[in-house]
Amino acid sequence: MIRNLLAKIGRRWLCFGLLAASLAAVVGGGFPVHLAAQEKPYFVTYSHDLEEPGNVEIETKTALARPDGGTHYGATASELEYGVRAWWTSELYLDGQTTPADSTLLTGFRLENRFRPLMREHWINPVLYVEYENISGADKTVLEVVGHDGQSDLAARNGDARREHQHEGELKLILSSNVRDWNISENFIAEKDLSHSPWEFGYAVGAARPLRTSLNARECTFCAEKLMVGAEAYGGLGNTWALTTRDTSHYVALLVGWELPGRMRISFSPGFGLTGSSLDRVYRVGVAYEMPQVGSWFRGAKGGAR
Amino acid sequence: MRRGLAVVLAFAVVSSAAVAVQQSHFLDVPAKDHAKTNPLAGKTDAVPAGARLYADHCAQCHHADAQGDGRKKPSLRTPRVRSATDGDLEWFLRQGDLRHGMPSWSSLTQAQRWAIIRYLRSLQ
Repeated sequence: MIRNLLAKIGRRWLCFGLLAASLAAVVGGGFPVHLAAQEKPYFVTYSHDLEEPGNVEIETKTALARPDGGTHYGATASELEYGVRAWWTSELYLDGQTTPADSTLLTGFRLENRFRPLMREHWINPVLYVEYENISGADKTVLEVVGHDGQSDLAARNGDARREHQHEGELKLILSSNVRDWNISENFIAEKDLSHSPWEFGYAVGAARPLRTSLNARECTFCAEKLMVGAEAYGGLGNTWALTTRDTSHYVALLVGWELPGRMRISFSPGFGLTGSSLDRVYRVGVAYEMPQVGSWFRGAKGGAR
Repeated sequence: MRRGLAVVLAFAVVSSAAVAVQQSHFLDVPAKDHAKTNPLAGKTDAVPAGARLYADHCAQCHHADAQGDGRKKPSLRTPRVRSATDGDLEWFLRQGDLRHGMPSWSSLTQAQRWAIIRYLRSLQ
């Protein structure tokens, strides 16, 4: 199935992916080899882990799917994440997609900020999330599902869909706990188009943990403690005009993350639609590379005043 | 004379405040956490594992020799760290000090946090 899907997505997108991976490898090759940070393999759910202050993470999240009545597509969100403070992370996303026999296009950008209002670790840790999106209707990254989002939104031809412009504000309340090497996270989403549109609501929940939590004295790459596994579920909860789960999309997805040497990480997630409005399957692939202490390059000899 | 006394007093107040701020990390540790012992305390192979974790997560701020930069990124080879219990250090790693730039390392596994502490102890 995946092979068939990749073949249909076409060489153009694969070339783009290979180019991005090569670029990440070249950039990564310029830095000393370290292990990657212990990141969760979530694609949709957010935990309370923020980027370490001064670090930059470059990540691509690609979704491969086929809506009913449409053709296969591949949509990528390229993310630049910066740890402004230990309690504040800022991110820029650039989205694009390609649909074979149609077109390849950039679909917009997103700016988001996450804040931890409480300076201590608690049983449940809240994070406030604020995002501005300027995307077209052709955006198919499906990084959140809200309101009555459904697969029919993803089936339109790019030429038609790109005419629709969405200027949206999004708020999330992220609640997250680290309990005995497990992370359990719950996100509540409220999104509003800045034009005359209702508030739309959604949710995402996830749980993840390393495959092995005991300590390994040896340096290793292909070992269980480098693998994170988990699951997430997400979907829409209607909007203020129709606060119902009728005609909403819901998904459940398995998650696997692999920490590679050189501060790189690969994640994979097969997701499955649970309702008639959902895509049958969504396959997601993520590649991340973290650059430590980029902030100090600009602060120079002054050191990190935080 | 009065001016000199005022300068000395001001210096004493600032110094005590600085020491209090530094020590406050461990003054807040709950008794249960303070009394925790390191389950890896006797395991020598925890030191190299802790060293790798330290290099990955801590060295970028505290430097490879754990001496810090002498400014915002403090040394970990201080009497304060030496006198803290393993439980204090584990609690502090888990909590972080977000206000002052130290992230929470609750995302690491418990074994990884204890291994870092085992490595820090080997440096003292």
